[in-house]
Amino acid sequence: MNKHAALDLKSSRIAGGIHTDQRHDSAHKHVTGTAVYIDDMPEPAGTLHGCLGLSTATHATIRSMDLSAVRAAPGVVDVLTAKDIPGENDISPTGRHDEPVLADGKVQFYGQPVFCVIARTREEARRACRLAKIEYDEHPFITDAAEADPKNPKLVTEPLTLKRGDAAATIARAPRRVKGQMRVGGQDHFYLEGQIALAVPGEDRDVTVYSSTQHPSEVQHMVAHVLGVPNHAVTVEIRRMGGGFGGKETQGNQFAALAAVAAKRTGKAVKIRPDRDDDMTATGKRHDFLIDYEAGYDDEGNILGAEFRYAARCGFSADLSGAVTDRALFHCDNAYYYPAVRAVSAPLYTNTVSNTAFRGFGGPQGMVGAERIIDEVAFALGKDPLEIRRRNFYGTDTRNVTPYHQTVEDNIIGRIVDELEKSSDYQRRRRQIAAFNANSDVVKRGIALTPLKFGISFTATQFNQAGALVHVYTDGSVHLNHGGTEMGQGLYVKVAQVVAEEFQIDLDQVKITATTTAKVPNTSATAASSGSDLNGMAAQNAARQIKDRLIDFASETHGVAKDQILFLPNRVRIGNQEIPFVELVKQAYNARVQLSAAGFYKTPKIHWDREKGSGHPFYYFAYGAACAEVSVDTLTGEYMVERADILHETGRSLNRAIDLGQIEGGFIQGMGWLTTEELWWDGKGRLRTHAPSTYKIPLASDRPKIFNVTLADWPEAHEPTIHRSKAVGEPPFMLAMSVLHALSDAVASVADHKVCPCLDAPATPERVLMTIERLRKTRAEH
Amino acid sequence: MTAIRSEIRFILNGEEVRLAEVAPDETLLDYLRLRRSLTGTKEGCAEGDCGACTVLVGRLTPDGLVYESVNSCIRFLGSLDGTHVVTVEHLAPVAGRLHPVQQAMVDFHGSQCGFCTPGFVMSLYALWMQDPKPSDRRIEKALQGNLCRCTGYEAIVRAARAISSYGDANDDPLAAERAEIAGRLNAMRDGARVEIGTGSKRFFIPASVDDLADLLETEPKATIVAGATDVGLWVTKFMREIAPVVFIGHLDELRRTSEKDGVLSIGAGVSYTEAFRLLAGRVPALATLIDRIGGEQVRNMGTIGGNIANGSPIGDTPPPLIALGATLTLRKGRSRRTITLEEFFIDYGKQDRRPGEFVEAVHVPLPAAGSRFAIYKVTKRRDEDITATLGAFNLMLDASGKVEKIRIAYGGMAATPKRAHAVEAAIAGKPWTRETVDAALAEYERDFRPLTDMRASADYRMLASKNLLVRFFLETSGRAAPVQVGRYEAA
Ligand code: FES
Ligand code: FES
Repeated sequence: MNKHAALDLKSSRIAGGIHTDQRHDSAHKHVTGTAVYIDDMPEPAGTLHGCLGLSTATHATIRSMDLSAVRAAPGVVDVLTAKDIPGENDISPTGRHDEPVLADGKVQFYGQPVFCVIARTREEARRACRLAKIEYDEHPFITDAAEADPKNPKLVTEPLTLKRGDAAATIARAPRRVKGQMRVGGQDHFYLEGQIALAVPGEDRDVTVYSSTQHPSEVQHMVAHVLGVPNHAVTVEIRRMGGGFGGKETQGNQFAALAAVAAKRTGKAVKIRPDRDDDMTATGKRHDFLIDYEAGYDDEGNILGAEFRYAARCGFSADLSGAVTDRALFHCDNAYYYPAVRAVSAPLYTNTVSNTAFRGFGGPQGMVGAERIIDEVAFALGKDPLEIRRRNFYGTDTRNVTPYHQTVEDNIIGRIVDELEKSSDYQRRRRQIAAFNANSDVVKRGIALTPLKFGISFTATQFNQAGALVHVYTDGSVHLNHGGTEMGQGLYVKVAQVVAEEFQIDLDQVKITATTTAKVPNTSATAASSGSDLNGMAAQNAARQIKDRLIDFASETHGVAKDQILFLPNRVRIGNQEIPFVELVKQAYNARVQLSAAGFYKTPKIHWDREKGSGHPFYYFAYGAACAEVSVDTLTGEYMVERADILHETGRSLNRAIDLGQIEGGFIQGMGWLTTEELWWDGKGRLRTHAPSTYKIPLASDRPKIFNVTLADWPEAHEPTIHRSKAVGEPPFMLAMSVLHALSDAVASVADHKVCPCLDAPATPERVLMTIERLRKTRAEH
Repeated sequence: MTAIRSEIRFILNGEEVRLAEVAPDETLLDYLRLRRSLTGTKEGCAEGDCGACTVLVGRLTPDGLVYESVNSCIRFLGSLDGTHVVTVEHLAPVAGRLHPVQQAMVDFHGSQCGFCTPGFVMSLYALWMQDPKPSDRRIEKALQGNLCRCTGYEAIVRAARAISSYGDANDDPLAAERAEIAGRLNAMRDGARVEIGTGSKRFFIPASVDDLADLLETEPKATIVAGATDVGLWVTKFMREIAPVVFIGHLDELRRTSEKDGVLSIGAGVSYTEAFRLLAGRVPALATLIDRIGGEQVRNMGTIGGNIANGSPIGDTPPPLIALGATLTLRKGRSRRTITLEEFFIDYGKQDRRPGEFVEAVHVPLPAAGSRFAIYKVTKRRDEDITATLGAFNLMLDASGKVEKIRIAYGGMAATPKRAHAVEAAIAGKPWTRETVDAALAEYERDFRPLTDMRASADYRMLASKNLLVRFFLETSGRAAPVQVGRYEAA
């Protein structure tokens, strides 16, 4: 029997439309182990395996390189060095030509890829890699932002300045002032599926690359660039990633490019899947920052002016550091209005791996600077930081201009925070905690409620475009393809819901297909939380084109006015008659109506002038707030998150179940960043935390003991986004600032809340204990 | 003369496997993925820390057939002789729905990217069979060895709580077919020694402990592998040649325990999981510590003997065992000698173990009645993390409140697990007061000169270690206010 014969032709609602809870489209495959990741694909016969040879010097000229033992090792088929790159030896995503695929003559960080071994098996390739004899002439290096020349540091890209008003003069005139420096650590993505690429050579100059990437178009362009062939010779495909988080926006390029080069040289398929330690050593991470801040404020706690310098450890090349440090500046306000402000970035060159995108893209680092100032002001005035926060929120009609001169038009932070304050019982718990601390000398509790406002759009305006491809087949089933990639965030199912809704057909009639550069070209990275906003709109546009053709056709053939044609669940009403969707499709096909369409979308309203530091870079803002409570052992610095309450909004959610998962997961990932995830370099410039044994992401037992997550049901996007929903990928990450500030609050109790703890991140037990010691000393001295 | 067999035999899901071609360092994960195309089991780290590779291994024990979660990435294929290996592919649908564990994970949105998911499914499967209605504490313990970067775990824990509402663990095939599988495994036991490979590719599975002793006499350079939670990494990370290898994890004789005159003797092959069960009632502090060693999979594989024999300065069991005054039986051929555990650790990477000798058992004097014994482990992340500093304290007061006896040992503070002799001396014979403790703190610098590394700075190690003594004092001097943060204590 034909499957769609079973479709419900009576129901008032399709199965799986928008604004409904739908499972991840691959959930049943995830749990049974049948979801195919690149390493699970059957390998073409004779597939070879690559392994990168990494530098063992931090900053050096290569004096000599003897790879004879590598070549002679069992199973080795080919060894690539910089001179074997047929096209450009460069994978800089911004065209700066500062990032070689393989080091050419000099190495700029410990772990930089220098050569690539291709062997019959992965193990043979790994073993052979260890036989290289490379001699280096070492040069001085800097690995830490604090070591950079403060006056004239070496930068990897142009810095940005944002300013409004005369911040310096305002601060100088202010009744009260604060000045300080904050350090906030980086973060490894720790996607569970590491980087991987499988290149299959084709005829002529063609190659198909299966790459675990958030940005297939860029991988395509990079592979073409490195091979020296036109883009049309390269096809890049990705069905799903085992996590991305920004770590596969540009970092997959290296593996894809080398696999492709080797595949063309050997005529065999080539797979490169680095070991976890090599992955963590040789791929970029979240930028750590050194933030200098100064603010002027009044006796009430109103901030009058603020100045920031955000210096970031960018590594040896620019990668995306320009945009990341820009976004840090864009979020130096978090949800606060500064009457006068000046913020500058310093994207520092360091002899470390080139840092890259990571959920929030500099925004989180920007915000922690704002929250530090709030803390400083609150402690100086002896007030609850929440009071200071609220006092400085953006207004709706006044006090609503950002440091980049965009007016905040959709501000709802006040209501979000008010509601959370009540639902989390913040005030009463704060009093209880004070009482608890008065009777507890070793274990101290702390609580904090932090707000969040996050700008949605790529700040590079041209990236805010998307394409989709929709086919309707004659059995009424639909093939959906778009430029967005699936990394676990549920993008595929959300966009499928949009298409199902448009045609009014059940969700299982829509087939979700792997992202490939051959179907939708010139796409943007699935990043900046933009996945469903952009691709949902593009897919809707494609579906609407087909739908419009169907309406035109039905109107003509049935002699019914267009407005009398209605798509009902799995059927279409044409005047007084209802026919199954598939019937209309068949009739249209027979009448030679095109049932395929390419959709397109570009975000309206946005523009940005970087030179002037002024514009409307964000289409809208996403809002949320979190309240965290912690207990801290003041003898060891160990702690526990006792409770977290979250109120977050995603406009009119397309799929609340998916959004809730993003919020919970984002919060825990953010908590890891601010607590136990510490990147540690030794004196030789080697990253020593390059595996889960040394780099500690949160576990199930690190979750808040009580975890209440609520998706606000009242907001709706101020702008005409896809069904008035809002982005959810990145914003919840920053809700975890509440944990850092709750820790800070607990720490502050050892000095009766008289001294601002200035607790830096990550707040490891060590950093917490050392901060406690500092506070105890400061308190004793006064 | 022991019979020799030159193949390993085990059951993989439903199928009996006999393999003569096995490298000593071939991992179960590579076998599954590369040789058998069973790609449901994933590699996330290849070092036993992420759980993406989790499978179940069923083995015959004196108590019957037991299924445990293990990390297939560091489990050597050769060590699976005589076991039942169960991968995610073996979970069968029930009544038109997915297996209860899988259906719960789907319904509660327990997967996002899905890469960690098969590993979580297997860990939860093992848990469900052992404890169909687990407490949250038990769930968290079962998941200590599984990392998920996407979900934040909440959805997975919700699923874990609900599994039993999807089906009865007693109806599960692994429960229903238990007798049959046990029979098949029993039939594989032929009492033979297994020898596979030649030259640098040899490994052995001795037939008994006596056979092991004989074997080591002829192969004194062999790498002895019990749980492989350490040696596994020598292979996957350092690509070291470990052959010839002798696998000992299957030797029931090494898993025996006994108690005589207040001394508990624990066979070197007792896993952490088994030791936990044994110690929970006898030395609760040790049981609590074991809960924070590795994840469940590592605890199912790793052994007390291995933790001692490899001599790591950050092994967690030696300091408390030293504080309790434990001794060690070392065996070579037919001869045995017993030394104190302290003596065994000579220097970094150097132990008092002679060629051909192996650790047979550790003997732990139980804390005396009226004594106070505590262990404190300090780490960056609470669970599944390696020690920054670990202090173990064993105190006996006399009738007047003076310190009659104190033994203190630390891990992470020196090149070996180490007694704090100077600190002990400053306390012994004194009244057990804050003054005594404060005075003793100054002695730490005499006993220890810790290092700075990625886990902790030297300053922090020193300060936190001193504070652990303060914590011990506070905990032993009766006070109402809490002295530690905990996950499970009433708030
Ligand atoms: S792959 Fe991570 S524990 Fe085995
Ligand atoms: S679902 Fe992605 S790591 Fe768990």
